[in-house]
Amino acid sequence: MTEDSTSAPHEPPGSQWYDHEAGPLVRPYAMTGGRTAPGPSGVRFDLIALVSLHIGAPDADGDASLGPEHRTLIELCRTETQSVAELAAGADLPVGVVRVLLGDLLELGHVTVSRPVPPAQLPDERILREVIAGLRAL
Amino acid sequence: MASEHSDTTDGDTGALALKILVAGGFGVGKTTLVGAVSEIKPLRTEELLSEAGQSVDDTGGVDQKVTTTVAMDFGRITIRSGLSLYLFGTPGQDRFWFLWDELAQGALGAVVLADTRRLQDCFPAVDFFEHRHIPFVVAVNCFSGSGAYGTDDVSRALDLDQGTPVVLCDARDRASGKEVLISLVEYAGRMHTARLLDSVS
Repeated sequence: MTEDSTSAPHEPPGSQWYDHEAGPLVRPYAMTGGRTAPGPSGVRFDLIALVSLHIGAPDADGDASLGPEHRTLIELCRTETQSVAELAAGADLPVGVVRVLLGDLLELGHVTVSRPVPPAQLPDERILREVIAGLRAL
Repeated sequence: MASEHSDTTDGDTGALALKILVAGGFGVGKTTLVGAVSEIKPLRTEELLSEAGQSVDDTGGVDQKVTTTVAMDFGRITIRSGLSLYLFGTPGQDRFWFLWDELAQGALGAVVLADTRRLQDCFPAVDFFEHRHIPFVVAVNCFSGSGAYGTDDVSRALDLDQGTPVVLCDARDRASGKEVLISLVEYAGRMHTARLLDSVS
């Protein structure tokens, strides 16, 4: 009972008594309010779905419904369009968590997400030739 | 609302991302290959396994354990503004096959890295891509002292479908990695065309 008051001293930010090996102190899905799937639309973002800031998006600063992790994702997209995988690595969050948070941002109109190429429709030959030429030029 | 105009990927403003998987046995050089060709330092992302993992992971007696994480390496190659290739190193452990399923969705193709000293390690990957009709090339990572086997030997040993390319490579070498990717994209294009012709006739 009384342990709590002593075990959480007021440490200056950045001084971490745990290391990476200890794993996250917060259960990952606590950041999503326990949700493991994105909002009502139920979209499952592919790892290479591209996320951009929505032009004319509402001001993220004034939105109390956004948590710090939401804001981190918005900041990452501010510099350039990012894939879901890059966002997960950049925010140091599991992909599953990032998907839920992105669902929120999409519904609130902060971001746009482009769908990945569906399996049945590979890019046309022109694109493939462009890729080959691009690889040769590397 | 905002999601409405997200359906178009080919519009003027739409960026296109293509996915290539790098598979193979544990320690065969997947991360090395991704790192050799990627323009960014290979990033690592973690996928949480929860529902899917429960049937596989024996969590009996470990009530606290609710999730397992599995790491995936990935890299990026920008072809031009608005067209990028993403490379994903698939998890080495076979038991994460269900993760591959998701990774494989919409993939342009795959590179199966092989080591001739333990060729059997890449059997699961070959099976996986063959069954799903995902174009793949087998890239033999030429470790020093791995013995000189020809591409024909490897192709026969793996009982590959005719036409599946086998190339020799050095996963540490950027130019060599590039060649592997080029042969994959060329092959994917050929497969794609062949399927189009099939559907017409």
